[in-house]
Amino acid sequence: MVTFDLNGRSVSVHSESSVPLLWVIRDELGLKGTKFGCGIGYCGACTVHVDGRSTRSCITPVSAVAGSKVTTIEGLDPNGKHPLQIAWVELQVPQCGYCQPGQIMQAATLLKDFPDPTDRDINAVMSGNVCRCMTYIRIRKAIKLASERMREGAIHG
Amino acid sequence: MRVAIRRGLSAVIVVGLLGLLGSFLLSWRPAIAPIQGQTSNRFSPELVAKGEVLAAEGHCASCHTSPGGIAFAGGYGVKTPFGTIYGTNITPDPTTGIGLWSREAFTRAMREGVSRDGSHLFGAFPYWSFTKLSDDDIGALYVYMMTRPPVSATIPKNTVPFPLNIRALEEGWKILFFRDGRYRPDSFKSAEWNRGAYLSEALSDCSGCHTPRNALGGEKVRAAYSGAPIDGWIAPALTKANPAPIPWTEEELVTYLRKGVTPLHGTAGATMTPVIRGALELPIVPDADIHAIAIYFTDLNHAQERASTIETTTRKALTTSSLGSGPEYDPDAQLYAGACLGCHYNSETTPRAERPELALNSSLSASDPTNFIQAVLNGISNTQGAPGLTMPAYASSLNDSEICRLAAYLRRTRTKSPPWPDVEKKVAQIRRESVASAGQD
Repeated sequence: MVTFDLNGRSVSVHSESSVPLLWVIRDELGLKGTKFGCGIGYCGACTVHVDGRSTRSCITPVSAVAGSKVTTIEGLDPNGKHPLQIAWVELQVPQCGYCQPGQIMQAATLLKDFPDPTDRDINAVMSGNVCRCMTYIRIRKAIKLASERMREGAIHG
Repeated sequence: MRVAIRRGLSAVIVVGLLGLLGSFLLSWRPAIAPIQGQTSNRFSPELVAKGEVLAAEGHCASCHTSPGGIAFAGGYGVKTPFGTIYGTNITPDPTTGIGLWSREAFTRAMREGVSRDGSHLFGAFPYWSFTKLSDDDIGALYVYMMTRPPVSATIPKNTVPFPLNIRALEEGWKILFFRDGRYRPDSFKSAEWNRGAYLSEALSDCSGCHTPRNALGGEKVRAAYSGAPIDGWIAPALTKANPAPIPWTEEELVTYLRKGVTPLHGTAGATMTPVIRGALELPIVPDADIHAIAIYFTDLNHAQERASTIETTTRKALTTSSLGSGPEYDPDAQLYAGACLGCHYNSETTPRAERPELALNSSLSASDPTNFIQAVLNGISNTQGAPGLTMPAYASSLNDSEICRLAAYLRRTRTKSPPWPDVEKKVAQIRRESVASAGQD
């Protein structure tokens, strides 16, 4: 049995220790926001946060997160109002939407490390998150909009 | 002719038997009488506290605690070329632990590698280091152990095969490799240096992992701290031979020993984890001791000679950090960008500990690809390395030839070192061993 914190509550799961975190989150714990894409850590659809850092859950064995704080798209903000989520809605980023939870989770780590990211920062950090609908232009725009608001908030708030 | 052969054979057998008898006689040690009743009330809290610090610095729990088990109740398997030897229960339980041990028996075990009942302890227990400890420190460790809650726990049987499992034969090993004696300070060095040497040589047994061993398991004293394989990983050289691009300065070592990670070197591997987590990271371990260890090793590794290169090396390393993110037609770069870049990228100003910069990383600059392959195949779990850093496991994602391409690409673009030879063979071997050890758990 592996125990970790999921979106602020402690969970103990029965899946075998080698089962990828993604399947534990989706099938055992029933949170379906995190998506299965390629299953080999090469598309980013399964991105969640482990101790605040974006991690590909499809190739992370659940045993590797024992004692960690895991955050999924459902827990990024209690009301779904993370600046990135607001910007995403405002700019109508998604087309089909399948990769977007992973994109947002990856972008959240990007902004944590690089609050005012350059295009180069965005290219490098987001390069492992692919989007079949080619929404990259809007993803970049939304990241910049959220970054601007978060920095303003940090100054004024 | 036949008679001669028969005679010769008998002579060999007689000499062999005599030798065996001799070694048994030489190896004989008396049992030390068990102590009676509860002892834990007699000890001063100060002595217990002192023992607690020493037990942390000696990371006793790393071998005497099974994964996820109760502290000091034994059961961790030390894999040696001669078989797996399990750390014993050193809680004061009278039947399965050391509850009947007097201080005299404890001291003899620490200094001579002999159990209370007179049998020889296997060399997985580093008595050759502990023999250098002072009386006071051994006393404090004894008091600390005897005041732990007793746990009734039996450990798995060692897998050392016959005849190597004959404990009397350890006497021969001791004659060859073991020298009894306390730490002798070097009067030409500072008090801090000597404190660091004492901690490293006598208590923390750094050489146990970082010094290569001969075929009989003895440490090659002349190659002290030149790096050695341990539990499927490589414990890197702690000497000038350490190939990390940034020298291990006092500051770097202190940060690493406390936190398990530094932005200029990367995170601790699996086998260094127990030395840091629940040991050197603890606030009870004084800063002065961590600094002393760092001072000792910076003297050994001549870090000061290269200190002036740190800034330039770091700056140059960071210029390689975004390689792979552009519209390149290098399939190896794409392999890297798809799996690794998002987490390992650093901007041009500062490398971050939580974004291990591969151009500075110890695993990539090492002369042997083992640690790199381990990290890629098996990832780094939250219970390994520095707290809060988790890396996924690419064993099911990348095949052997893809890992080889990644290794070659990174050595080519992020280091000045030549390509690693025989990577593919090593990847296959480590993959096999990982699968085998996962099957055992």
